[in-house]
Amino acid sequence: MEFTLKTFIFYGFALITIASAFAVVTVRNIVHAAFALMVTLFGVAGLYVFLQADFLAATQVIVYVGGILVLILFGVMMTSGRLEMRIHIERGQLLLGGGISLALLMLLLTVIANTPGWKNLTDDGTPLPPTTESIGNLILGEKFLLPFEVVSVLLLVALIGAALISRKEVRD
Amino acid sequence: MSLQHYLVISSILFTLGIFAVLTRRNAISILMGIELILNSCNLNFAAFSRFVTPPENIDGQIIAIFGIVLAAAEAAVFLAIILAIYREFGSIRPDEVDTLKG
Repeated sequence: MEFTLKTFIFYGFALITIASAFAVVTVRNIVHAAFALMVTLFGVAGLYVFLQADFLAATQVIVYVGGILVLILFGVMMTSGRLEMRIHIERGQLLLGGGISLALLMLLLTVIANTPGWKNLTDDGTPLPPTTESIGNLILGEKFLLPFEVVSVLLLVALIGAALISRKEVRD
Repeated sequence: MSLQHYLVISSILFTLGIFAVLTRRNAISILMGIELILNSCNLNFAAFSRFVTPPENIDGQIIAIFGIVLAAAEAAVFLAIILAIYREFGSIRPDEVDTLKG
């Protein structure tokens, strides 16, 4: 593989994503962890752009960075006093959790390296057509109409449920 | 860039998310770990859709979009539960919420 500008940017995005995800799980201050998560989400959006998934990248930025991350920061604001900002970690759990995670990573990497059908599937660089129109046709067409409607009902249920759970208790 | 590049990145994200869920003692940090795990799943869907199925077939991207929607719903309900727990127990450390412990 020749080392072009494109591969350079790809490795840059990959490095940013992994380094900031590492910061999310190791930084002690929860607000810093939330901002590191923002960088991770932008990095994953950049990887979607490299997969030529333009609509998916835009959705990732809008929903994750604009929605979920703001929700997380609101949660931090409403539940964490000065004392709770620092995340407690116990040493034994750190060793055990780190061991389990490393073993899992080794397992996954072995599977990825040894699955025969996944080798030599490379990006030949041919540009694909933009995906927004075909995604609209698929979602509102026959193929994904039922999941789309089910997901809309699910969002309604989550909305009502979240409002019901988090409201103040009414005493009579 | 090959399929294996994306799979390696997403498996690293997945293990970091598992690590956060296992070691952090703060409910919001656990939520961040779960978001990392969901992101790695969506990245896998998009990568397999690009490389394994024919490139014109974008079903995997649509599944990833549904995954983002589910993550949003999950985060909203998760934070509502965290708020209710904070009001009841005055803390969001999961090991202090032990009413059901024998």
